[in-house]
Amino acid sequence: MESIGVLLTSPMNPYLEQELGKRFKLFRFWDFPSADDFFREHSKSIRAVVGSSFIGADAQMIEALPKMEIVSSFSVGLDKIDLVRCKEKGIRVTNTPDVLTEDVADLALALILATLRRICESDRYVRSGAWKRGDFKLTTKFTGKSVGIIGLGRIGSAIAKRAEGFSCPISYHSRTEKPGTNYKYYPSVVELASNCQILVVACALTPETRHIINREVINALGPKGVVINIGRGLHVDEPELVSALVEGRLGGAGLDVFENEPNVPEELLALDNVVLLPHVGSGTVETRKDMADLVLGNLEAHFLNKPLLTPVV
Amino acid sequence: MAAITGEAEAEAPGVVFVHGSPPFGLPFKDRLLSRFQLIHTSELAESSHVKVMLCMDHTPVTSQTLHKLPSLECIVASSAGVDHIDLPTCRLRGIAVSNGSQAFSEDVADYAVALLMDVLRKISAGDRYLRSGLWPAKGDYPLGWKLGGKRVGIVGLGNIGSEVAKRLVAFGCGIAYNSRKKRPSVSFPYYADVCDLAANSDILVICCALTSETHHIINKDVMTALGKEGVIINVGRGSLINEKELVQFLVEGQIRGAGLDVFENEPIVPRELLELDNVVLSPHNAVVTPEAFEAMQELAIANLEAFFSNKPLLSPI
Repeated sequence: MESIGVLLTSPMNPYLEQELGKRFKLFRFWDFPSADDFFREHSKSIRAVVGSSFIGADAQMIEALPKMEIVSSFSVGLDKIDLVRCKEKGIRVTNTPDVLTEDVADLALALILATLRRICESDRYVRSGAWKRGDFKLTTKFTGKSVGIIGLGRIGSAIAKRAEGFSCPISYHSRTEKPGTNYKYYPSVVELASNCQILVVACALTPETRHIINREVINALGPKGVVINIGRGLHVDEPELVSALVEGRLGGAGLDVFENEPNVPEELLALDNVVLLPHVGSGTVETRKDMADLVLGNLEAHFLNKPLLTPVV
Repeated sequence: MAAITGEAEAEAPGVVFVHGSPPFGLPFKDRLLSRFQLIHTSELAESSHVKVMLCMDHTPVTSQTLHKLPSLECIVASSAGVDHIDLPTCRLRGIAVSNGSQAFSEDVADYAVALLMDVLRKISAGDRYLRSGLWPAKGDYPLGWKLGGKRVGIVGLGNIGSEVAKRLVAFGCGIAYNSRKKRPSVSFPYYADVCDLAANSDILVICCALTSETHHIINKDVMTALGKEGVIINVGRGSLINEKELVQFLVEGQIRGAGLDVFENEPIVPRELLELDNVVLSPHNAVVTPEAFEAMQELAIANLEAFFSNKPLLSPI
C-alpha cells in the first residue's frame, strides 16, 4: 500500500501522521503554498483524503482529485465534507463515532461546571494575588439545575446521563421525539430554551441546524441562562450571542467552538462570565489515538476490499 | 406564667450566642431574630448563662472562648469543617456539636468534579491560552486526558465523599475509598491505608475532615504511590496535604496535576504553584453559592430549634 497516495488535510495528530507515512505515500496539504499548487502537481496521485473538523473535503477538493476513492474523517462531524457530491461520485466516507462520545460529553459537563462555578475566573483571581485582598464571590450551584439538550444522539445522551448524576432535570429537542427516555421533549428549540437554565448544543451541523441558537432562543433562555456549545461554531449566531453576553441578556456561555476558528470575537475575551476553549472536544491522548486507529483501520479495510469499519457513505 | 395543659408555655425565645460574623454579612439575622434572642461576640462577658452557640464560618472556638461560657451545652457550627473548634474540651464538658456539611455536600462535590475535569481536560489552561491570543499563532492546545475509566480514590467517604462518588460513577470512573472505618453498606472497595488506596488509583479526591489523625494524611509516600500520572483534588482543608511536598512533586513532574480549593496558609498560595499550568487554584470557594448559604441557614436554624425542643440535633458530628 506504500504507493497509494493519501492526502492529510491538516497536522491533526502526530501519531496518525506517522502511521500514514509508514503505510502510504503521504502528502501533507499544508506543505504546499496553496491548494491550487497542490492540485496542479499531485491531483492524480491521491486516492484517499484524511480530513478533520478544520479542513475536510469540499466540492472544490473533490472535483480536483479525480482518483479519490475515500474520505476518512478524523472527526465524527461531517459538516466539512460534501456528502452529496461524494455519494454521486461513489466516494466512500468514514468518520470516528463512539470513540469520542465520552470525551465530548465530559467536556460539555466540564464547561457547565467551569461556567457556573467560575473555575477559570477563580484560578485567575488566585494567580493575580487578588485573594490576599479579599474573598472571591458567590457562584451558581449546578446540582439540580435544569439542563436542555439540543440533539439526543450518542453525545447528547451521554451528556444527559452525566447531568443526571447531578440530579438535573433533563429536557431536549431533536428532529423527532426519542422513545424510551424519561426526558421531557420539546418540539421547538425556543420552547426548550424557555424551560431550562443550561442549554447544550449537541447535534450535528446541517443546513437545518445552522444558527439553531439565534436571538429568539437566547432571549428565551434569559439573563440567568447559560449556552454550552460543543457542536460547531455555526450552530450559534455568534454576533447575537456576543451582544447578548455583553449586554447581560444572557448569563454566561461555555464555548469549545467558534464560527471562524481559530479566531474568537474580541468582545468575548474581555468577559468573565464565559469559558473559552480552543476546540478540544475530543482532545485527549487516549481518544485521539483511538480516533487515529479508526481512520487507519477504515483506510486499510477500503484498500484491502474489506467492509469499512465506520462508513457514513 | 401558668402553663396551659397540652400547649407550650409562652416562653421567652431561646438565647443564642452568635460567635463571629461572616464576610458576606449575617444574611439570616432577621430569620434568627424572629425565633431566638441573639447575643453577639462583643457581648461575651455577659454570656455566662448562654446554653447554645451559633458558630459562624471558621471563627475559632478555643478553650478560652469555652471558658467564658460555663453554661454552654451545644455548639451549632455553620461550616462543614469543625477543626476550628476545640473538640476535646467540648467532649470533656459534654457540649454537643453539629456542623453544616449536609447543606454543602452537593456544592462541594460539584466543585471537586469541576476541579478534576479542569485538571484533566485543561479547561483553565486552555481558556488562558485562548485569551492570550495563542490559538491562531501557535495552533492547537496540547491534549488532555480522558476521565472515563480512571480509578478514583476518595479519601473520606462522608456526605461530601459520597456525593463525589455518585457523580463520578456517571462518568464511567471506578471508585474506591479510605476512611476511618469501612462502611458496610457501601459496595466500593475499601482501603484501610491511604497509600494502598493511592497505589490503586489514578486520582485522589480529598474530602475528609481535618483532625490530628488526618493532618498531612497526603504526603510524599502517598504521592509516590499515586505515581507520575496521578491527580490530586483537595476540597477538604489545606493541612490534609503536606503542601511543601505537594509543591515539590508538582514542580518536578512526579504527579500529573492538582486541583486545590484549600491551602495550608490561606490566602497565601505557594509561589511555585502560580507558575504551573497543570494546577488549578481556587480561593476556598467550594461552598460559596446562594443555595448552600440558604441551606446552611435552614440547617443551623433547624439544629437550634432541635436543641431548644430537647430533640436530637439534625447534624451532630
